[in-house]
Amino acid sequence: MHYTFKIERGNFTDAGQASSSVKRTLKQLGVDPVNIKRTVVALFEAEINAVAHAYGGTIDVDIDGEKIVMVVADEGPGIPNIDLAMQEGWSTASPQVREMGYGAGMGLPNIKKNTDDLKIDTKIGVGTTVTMTVYLT
Amino acid sequence: MKIREIAQLVDGVLVGAPVDEFYEVEKAFASDLMSDVLRFNMDQTVLITGLCNNQTMRTCEMADIRVILMGRDKQPDQDMIDLAVENDIVIIKSRYSIFKLSGILYGAGIQPLY
Ligand SMILES: Nc1ncnc2c1ncn2[C@@H]1O[C@H](COP(=O)(O)OP(=O)(O)OP(=O)(O)O)[C@@H](O)[C@H]1O
Ligand SMILES: [Mg+2]
Repeated sequence: MHYTFKIERGNFTDAGQASSSVKRTLKQLGVDPVNIKRTVVALFEAEINAVAHAYGGTIDVDIDGEKIVMVVADEGPGIPNIDLAMQEGWSTASPQVREMGYGAGMGLPNIKKNTDDLKIDTKIGVGTTVTMTVYLT
Repeated sequence: MKIREIAQLVDGVLVGAPVDEFYEVEKAFASDLMSDVLRFNMDQTVLITGLCNNQTMRTCEMADIRVILMGRDKQPDQDMIDLAVENDIVIIKSRYSIFKLSGILYGAGIQPLY
């Protein structure tokens, strides 16, 4: 099954709707709760990053019997130093983003922890694509 | 500890989803940083927070948090309450500070997450 969502820049009223929708779908499919939580925490963190640090983008989710593949692609500034960005506590979140409850510098580490495979393709001034895979077995 | 007992201890008002009278709160975690909350297994855990926006609700949805203790007299709007109902989350509103709420719950035997 394939699902697509749009992410809007800076829209913290609706941010998380895509992850919420995916969570509902996974529940309906009878995926076990541990894998649901892993999947939606990772997707949510990536969705929020696209809202908070980039100018929005798209989410593509593919679910089959053995795995969930999530691709969050944004147009944005890109990530200059991925090693630094992956460190717990590193954040360049703006004051507005911090007011929304983000900026702990824990999002990418949370994604890493909750997925079986994580790939980050980023180009300065163009955007970032985060590809996450969760195996269901 | 039952949800209503916590509400009573903090002179709180209950909004959002109907109270699950059987739900046992065993642990608490206090934070205004949502990615901090998403690091942990939050089973039987109440989130104590002063962050009052849709993102509080979305984070609790993703983290499977069923009870929020909202301090500093924050007032969730209708959007937040709708999200709470939709996701079976109870919000306890209290005028107390986060420090006071944490102290009261700790004193009553609620365990820290770590
Ligand atoms: N999609 C993105 N586009 C541009 N920069 C990004 C993107 N995602 C992450 N970053 C950069 O990497 C840093 C670390 O991201 P991470 O998600 O770990 O923390 P955060 O978003 O700052 O805070 P938190 O996720 O804890 O709320 C960000 O502060 C930002 O500088
Ligand atoms: Mg983040």
